[in-house]
Amino acid sequence: MKKILCFALALVLALGLATVPASAENFKVAMVTDTGGINDQSFNALAWQGLQRAKEELGVEVSYLESVTEADYATNLETLYDEGNDLIICIGWMMADALKEACAAHPEQKYAIIDNGSVADNCTGVNFATEQCSYLVGLVAGYMTKTNNVGFVIGMVSPLMNTFGVGYYAGVKAANPDCTIQHYNANSYGDAAGGKAATINMYAQGADIVYHAAGGTGMGVIEAAAEQGKFAIGVDQDQNYLAPEAVLTSAVKRVDNGVYNLCKALTEGTLEAGEVVYDIVSGGVDIAETTTLIDADTLAKVEDAKAKILSGEIVVPATVEAFAAIYGEDAYPFK
Amino acid sequence: MSAKKQLESRRLSRNLHKIVSSSFPYTILSILVGFIAGGIALLIAGYNPLEAYASLFRAIFLNAKTGKLSTKSMTYSFIEYANPYILTGLSVAFSFKTGIFNIGAEGQYIVGSLAACLVAIFVKAPAWVLIPLCILASIAAGVLWGGIVGYLKVRFGSHEVLCMIMFNWIAFYLSNFIVNLESVNVGGGKTWTKIIPDEAKITISKWFPANVVSSNTHFGIVLTLICVIAIWYIISRTTLGYRLKSVGLNRDAAEYAGINANRCVIVSLAISGALASLAGGLQVLGVNYKINQFAAQESYGFNGITVALIGGCNAFGTLLAGWFFGAMKYAGTRMKVGSDRVPKEVIDIIMGCIVFFIAISGLFRAFFVRRIKGGDMF
Repeated sequence: MKKILCFALALVLALGLATVPASAENFKVAMVTDTGGINDQSFNALAWQGLQRAKEELGVEVSYLESVTEADYATNLETLYDEGNDLIICIGWMMADALKEACAAHPEQKYAIIDNGSVADNCTGVNFATEQCSYLVGLVAGYMTKTNNVGFVIGMVSPLMNTFGVGYYAGVKAANPDCTIQHYNANSYGDAAGGKAATINMYAQGADIVYHAAGGTGMGVIEAAAEQGKFAIGVDQDQNYLAPEAVLTSAVKRVDNGVYNLCKALTEGTLEAGEVVYDIVSGGVDIAETTTLIDADTLAKVEDAKAKILSGEIVVPATVEAFAAIYGEDAYPFK
Repeated sequence: MSAKKQLESRRLSRNLHKIVSSSFPYTILSILVGFIAGGIALLIAGYNPLEAYASLFRAIFLNAKTGKLSTKSMTYSFIEYANPYILTGLSVAFSFKTGIFNIGAEGQYIVGSLAACLVAIFVKAPAWVLIPLCILASIAAGVLWGGIVGYLKVRFGSHEVLCMIMFNWIAFYLSNFIVNLESVNVGGGKTWTKIIPDEAKITISKWFPANVVSSNTHFGIVLTLICVIAIWYIISRTTLGYRLKSVGLNRDAAEYAGINANRCVIVSLAISGALASLAGGLQVLGVNYKINQFAAQESYGFNGITVALIGGCNAFGTLLAGWFFGAMKYAGTRMKVGSDRVPKEVIDIIMGCIVFFIAISGLFRAFFVRRIKGGDMF
C-alpha cells in the first residue's frame, strides 16, 4: 500500500514538475490584424504564420484578434491587454494612433508594431527595407522585358508604399535605362477588377511585365497576366502559386520572420523598445524562391546585385527624395 | 363543456392568435434558427459550437482576465459598438415605414462623419459651442444627402435605390478625396485626417474610474435614445407620420386623399439621411477622432438594413436589434474554443440566416395563424 502511495506521489510530483514550470515560463503573444482580416492571404496571414512558427519552435502561446473597421483597433488592443499577453503586436501602421494611446494607458505592457517606427517607450517598431526586394524584382523586369516597356501598380500612395515604387524604378533603370515604366495608382487594396483593367491597359500600351504592390488589387494584375499570356510580379510573399505560368517572381517581405524574431527576442529577454529594420541581410526581405520563369543569365545578374546589396556596394534609394536625387525629379510619378 | 370553460378556451385561443400573428415570436425564432445554422457551420469547421457560443456570451458580459461580470465589456457591446448600428438601423426602418428603401445609409453615414470631422478641425470654439455645431453639421449633411435623392426621385423620377447606391460611392470617394487634401490631412504621408481637438470629443470614459466603462464610451448614446423616442413619436403620434405611412402604404390613395406625396418622399429621405449621418458624426466625435482613407466600405449603413429587419422596422425594436447587433460585432471576433480563435465569419452566417428567416417569416405566420384558427373549434 505504502509503495503504491509512494509511486502515486512520485508520479504526481513528476507530472507536476513536468507541467508546472513549462506553463509558468510560457509566454503569451497576441496580434491585432488590420482591417484586412486574418485570411487576407497576404500581410496578416503571413504575420499569423510567423506566430504559429513561434508557437511550434519557441513554445509561445499565441492568439489573434481581427479588426473589421478602424474603430476596432483600440478595443482589440484593450481586450488583448485584459487577456494578459506578454507582447501585443499590431499588424500595420494604420494602428499607430490607437497603439500610442494603449502604450500610454498601460506603460508596463510590451507592444510592437509592424511597418511603423516605435510610438512609445514600451513599443518596438518593425520596418522592412522593401526597396531592396523591389529593386531586385525591378532588375528582373528590366532584363526580361522584350518590349522595353514595363508597368507598376501601386495600392495607395504613401511613404511606405513608395519604398516599393522607388526600389522597383531604381531596379528597372539599373538594368535597362531606356525602359518605359507605366504606372497606375489603384487607391485601393481590394479592387481586383480595377487592377485587372489597368493591367490589361498597360499590356495594350506595350508593356509585357507588371509589378504590383497593391494587396488584393494585385490579384487582378496577376489574373490579367495569366489571361493575356504576359508576366506579372508578385509582392509580400511568393505569389507564383496563384498563376505558375504568369508570375515571374515576387518581392518577398518576410513579415512572418519579423513577427517570429519579435517572439524570439521576447523569450530570450532581449526585446527592446525602439525601431528595428529587417533588410536583406537579416532575412526580412528577399526575392521569391520560385525562379522557373527567369533565364539563367538574368538570375546570375540578380544574384550578383543581391551580393552587392549585402556587401553595401549598392545602396537602393528608400525615399522619393533619395530617388529624385539620383534620377531627377520627374523620374518617379508618385509623391 | 361548461360555458365557463368554453369562454376560457376562447380567450386562450384569442391570446394565442394575438401572439402568433405578431412579428416578435418569429424574430426570436429566426434568431434561434440563425444560431443553429451558425452552430452547424462551426461543427463543419471543427469547432464545438456550444463552447464557441459560451465564449461569445462571456465576451459580451464578462471581463477577459477576471471572468467577472464587467460593465466595461457591456459598454463596449451596448454603447460603443451598438450606437452607430442603432442609428443606421433606425434610418432604414424609418424609410421602410414610408415605403422607401434607404440603401443609401452608407453614404449618409460617411458625409455625416465627414461634416462633423471638418467642422471639428476648422472651427475654433469652446466645447459647449463646438460639439453642438459638429453634431448639427453632421445632421445637415445627411439631410442634404438624403434630400437630394428625394428631390431627384420626385423631380426626375430617378429610382431612389439606384441613386442612393451611386451616392454611396460619391460619398466614399468624396471622403477619400477630402481626407487627402493638404489642409485636412495629418501629413507625413499618412492616409487620415488631423485628429479632432479635445473640445470636440464627446467621450466620457475619463469621468469614470478605470475599467468601469469602455475606452470610448460617449454620450452620443443619449442622443440616440432621444432619436429612438422621437422617431416612434413621429411615426405613431403625429400627422406627419400618418402622412408618411399613408404614402408608404399606397402612394396613389394618399395623393387622392390630398396628401402631397412628393413632399413626403423628400421629408422621409431627409429624416432618414439625418439619422444615418448622425451615426457617422457621433462615431467621429466619440470613437475614431479622425477619418481614415477608406480601402473598402465599412458597412455601417448596410448593416443598418439588417438591424432594421431584425427590429421589425419599429423604433424600439430597432433599439433592441442594434444592441444585439453591436454585441455580436464586439463579441464575434472574440469567440474562442480552447485557446483557438473562432472565425468571425460565423457571425455573418448567423446574421444572414436571421435576416433570411425574418424575410420569409410571413410564410410561418400564415401557417400558424391558420392552425390556430383551425383549433378555434374546441
